Amino acid sequence: MLQEPFANGNSFIHNLDPRIRILFAFFFAIIVATTWHLSALLWAFFFVVVVFVLTKLNMRDILKRILVVNTFIVLLVIILPFSYPGQVIYALGPLTLTKQGFFYALYIFLKSNLILTCVILLLSTTSIFSLAHALHHLHVPSKLVQLIFFTFRYIHVIYRQYQKLMRAVKLRCFTPKTNIYTYKTYAYLVASLLIKSYDRSERVYKAMVCRGFQGTFPVFRHFKMTTKDRLLSMAATIYLLFLAILAWK
Amino acid sequence: MEVIKLEDISFAYPRGKIVLHGLNFSLKKGERVGIMGPNGTGKTTFLQIIVGLLKPQAGRVVIMGKERQTETDFYEVRSKIGFMFQDPDDQLFCPTVAEEIAFGPLNLGIPRQEVAKIVSRTLGLVGLAGFEDRVTYKLSGGEKRLVALASLLAMQPEVLLLDEPTGDLDPQNIKRLVSILSRLSLSYLIVSHDKQFLQQVTQKQFWFEDGRFLPLDTFHP
Repeated sequence: MLQEPFANGNSFIHNLDPRIRILFAFFFAIIVATTWHLSALLWAFFFVVVVFVLTKLNMRDILKRILVVNTFIVLLVIILPFSYPGQVIYALGPLTLTKQGFFYALYIFLKSNLILTCVILLLSTTSIFSLAHALHHLHVPSKLVQLIFFTFRYIHVIYRQYQKLMRAVKLRCFTPKTNIYTYKTYAYLVASLLIKSYDRSERVYKAMVCRGFQGTFPVFRHFKMTTKDRLLSMAATIYLLFLAILAWK
Repeated sequence: MEVIKLEDISFAYPRGKIVLHGLNFSLKKGERVGIMGPNGTGKTTFLQIIVGLLKPQAGRVVIMGKERQTETDFYEVRSKIGFMFQDPDDQLFCPTVAEEIAFGPLNLGIPRQEVAKIVSRTLGLVGLAGFEDRVTYKLSGGEKRLVALASLLAMQPEVLLLDEPTGDLDPQNIKRLVSILSRLSLSYLIVSHDKQFLQQVTQKQFWFEDGRFLPLDTFHP
């Protein structure tokens, strides 16, 4: 559940400075989200394909991830063409399909998938810790970085606690059924999960305070910008400018 | 000189029973003291009061000759007194061993190049040389324990408080811990249920019950 399956690769993209990747993904997302030109989206798609090839990741793994998020988007895409006011192109009883609604839905679908894939390819190929470090270097407020980091850490803690409890329950021959007893057991599980995780986070925090934690995250390993990183960030800037011109002309 | 001095400490958890009542304790520089006692008598509470994680309702906490009351007072205390928790999993939170050990020194404002040296030196000290890039949550119980110890030693403390350090160690790792502790030149206070271990690494042992310290031999056969 909380592994970082894409983080431990060794490809061109994996070895890039995470700061460049964060900045690039950020500007890419802004441009793609605000454009209404299909040609810009086409160029964005072309870019995503190139990055995908460079990451050497498995197509199926990526698609599986995208599919999960798309279950939410698809709902919107189905409803929107029938609920958006505009020129009617097809009527099915009380339901009317509008041209504007159709295009609106299409754009939302394309944009969200492009941004999503770009972020997965560029950012999930870094470990959460280097991401937090990189955000620090980009002068993102320390509180926000801590929030991101601790959310990840504590989700881990809660998940492991959950696994432990589940094992304990299974060892005593619990089989879930549709009855009050099962619901009650699950309620106990969730309650003890919350209490235990809370206690544990309290102890982790105390341990940090004992080692002089005062709210900021000192960064141990600095990133080094290599010539390759510099050249690539230049190329990326040119591409983004080109995309921006196409998108906002 | 007394490094730790508690005078007339009383402590009760909110809506709970009184754990400590009029407790007195002192630890001199260079002293190595072991504490045994039944479960739930407030041994951990006692340790947490020393480093200011819990504040007593009454009494004085004097550390290194100064009475400590506020968080700022205790910030200094914590850089001088390393506290090892019962469960090393509570202590390790960084992804890699190197980052874990660097956390304390970096918080103290030690420059990065210096910290890198401290990390490899401390890892060598606990016999885990070359563990820098290992992932902390994939370590074995014994290794976690040693990394937790290293993360404290990296802050160059004058006193160590160890809360049941042998609970999850096999005999081999206990031997390792004994040899590490005997090589250190600092004072420490160890809470443990392992009498043999305490006799190996400490000079004085106490039995702690009902909020009082009694000489171990008279109360524990």
